[in-house]
Amino acid sequence: MNKASDVMSRRDAAAVPQIRDTVARRGSVFLSSHPRTRLGLLIAAPLTWLVVVYIVALVALLITAFWQVDGFTGEIRIDWTLNNIVTVVTGELYHAVTLRTLGVAIAVTIIDIALALPIAFYMAKIASPRMQRILVIAVLMPLWASYLVKVYAWRSVMSGEGILQWFLNPFGIEGPGYGITATIITLSYLWLPYVILPIYAGLERVPDSLIEASSDLGAKSWASIRHIVFPMILPAIIAGSIFSFCLSLGDYITVNIVGGASQMLGNLVYTNVGTANNLPLAAAVALIPIVIIFGYLFAVRRTGALDNL
Amino acid sequence: MTTAPAIRLSTLTKSFGSVHAVDGVNLDVAPGEFFSMLGPSGSGKTTVLRLIAGFEKPTSGTIELFGDDVTAKAPFDRDVNTVFQDYALFPHMNVRDNVAYGLRVRGMGKKERNERADAALETVRLAGLGDRKPSQLSGGQRQRVALARATVVQPKVLLLDEPLGALDLKLREQMQVELKEIQRSLGITFIFVTHDQEEALTLSDRIAVFSEGRIVQLGTPREIYEAPSNSFVADFVGTANVFTGDIARAVVGKAGAFSIRPERMDVKSGAKAGANSASGSVVETIYVGSNTRVVVDLDAGQRVNVIVSNDENPNADKLRGQKVVVTWSATDVVTLSA
Repeated sequence: MNKASDVMSRRDAAAVPQIRDTVARRGSVFLSSHPRTRLGLLIAAPLTWLVVVYIVALVALLITAFWQVDGFTGEIRIDWTLNNIVTVVTGELYHAVTLRTLGVAIAVTIIDIALALPIAFYMAKIASPRMQRILVIAVLMPLWASYLVKVYAWRSVMSGEGILQWFLNPFGIEGPGYGITATIITLSYLWLPYVILPIYAGLERVPDSLIEASSDLGAKSWASIRHIVFPMILPAIIAGSIFSFCLSLGDYITVNIVGGASQMLGNLVYTNVGTANNLPLAAAVALIPIVIIFGYLFAVRRTGALDNL
Repeated sequence: MTTAPAIRLSTLTKSFGSVHAVDGVNLDVAPGEFFSMLGPSGSGKTTVLRLIAGFEKPTSGTIELFGDDVTAKAPFDRDVNTVFQDYALFPHMNVRDNVAYGLRVRGMGKKERNERADAALETVRLAGLGDRKPSQLSGGQRQRVALARATVVQPKVLLLDEPLGALDLKLREQMQVELKEIQRSLGITFIFVTHDQEEALTLSDRIAVFSEGRIVQLGTPREIYEAPSNSFVADFVGTANVFTGDIARAVVGKAGAFSIRPERMDVKSGAKAGANSASGSVVETIYVGSNTRVVVDLDAGQRVNVIVSNDENPNADKLRGQKVVVTWSATDVVTLSA
């Protein structure tokens, strides 16, 4: 017997089944040789969703800002006008509420970053793997409960007879009561997980050897954090801040529940859509946070912090 | 006056739970020495390096650096620098800033530290690449940046943790030569961790062979290779044919443990076995360019490797399946302690 037939007979004995020619297989063959069709099929559905549901709806709303409401009938008339924009830009009420909203969003963001950095650092660099898993669950757990339940819980905590006041009474301190402070505290609580998680993920991506190398080259702990850790996690911090900042800018429920008489931009939109039945003005107000966020993202981009993403 | 050793480790021990990663190591390294710590992974050599650098605190024992006890000092307080296995270059800084980092945290002005960093880059033949990011460099170039970064701060001792492990063979051989040259020109002590026995033999003044957290042999490359103290060293450093027990009695003719290097053996076909030889049959021949490796099953019941020069025995690769006699000279038999 020669060598070739020896190999052949061994192959028969092993009997690997032939690949069957199915419709799915033909489809795969077609797609593998037509990359454009493949790409089209992959992104057609999500792209439609993105364009129709997100962008078109948003643009439609914003165009509404340039229409007006008929004073007699209360119906929206498609007459182009800048009146709504002018009202929003020049009205003192809008100035005050915009500044207040901006102040709340900035305060919430700073508080959340200040709380998230040490927690995330402990989770990523110090805790044992087991502790790390427990902490990730602990951070995520508040997200399982309804937003409303959590805000009402804070309302009861901060009420005149609430647990906070009970705690502060022995020291003779008056609690914050309902108002801007209570709003900032509650929003900081609500958005904290969204700030911790990206910073934690960012720190996870900083290899321990880089921190060791920095220390090895003579940098004390603070210098290592400032020169190595901080620049490397800055994109993650900014990602977290985008969450807390944008979510705070748009919030109106928390301020309604724990904010006392204070109003934020969200409340103005809400009352203009509902009570005042002035959708164009509401749309004009809604433009404010959008402009602020664009400004924020632009500023962030200018710092170059996103180059290392 | 005798100068203090560059590094002195005294009964150094590091335990992780019940595991003794480093188990009572005593070691003196002389100033200016190229010293290698050789061992398989998990033998404790890297942990010893990390203890010297200060990244780990020993469970017990002391570390002295030129007579100063640095056991309790933080890494940034020790006059040693490390070249990391993964190089650990800072990805957000360019190459010059990476190299200048140690000078920067010491408070040196920007102009001077950049000049020194550029000079250091020149010594590792990377002049002109200062503005690149580490991600734009090849593995060999990153390796040199790491070396420049660690040496620019003029440490008394340089620690190298398998620095050539990620490079391909040609580059590795080239970097070995350069490392040796840099070490000579700087005149500082190198502590080099590797699992590559050939690299350790090529580069070092002295080698410590590690196994299970202890030093099992300490000596010059020649001592380690030609007179391994036990079967672990004989087997780990190069390849060795180790004979013990009844087989040792049958092959070597004495009781005990013995080692014979493959290149010190020869195969002869059609001869009769006498003293310093043993009969067997060839299982496999492997042609490796200048040599042929001949695998022989001895009749005494052990498989041995023999390396035969292709100049002296051009037909060695046609011996498969033949009965042969493996021969050696009595002086090549090394007696092992265990």
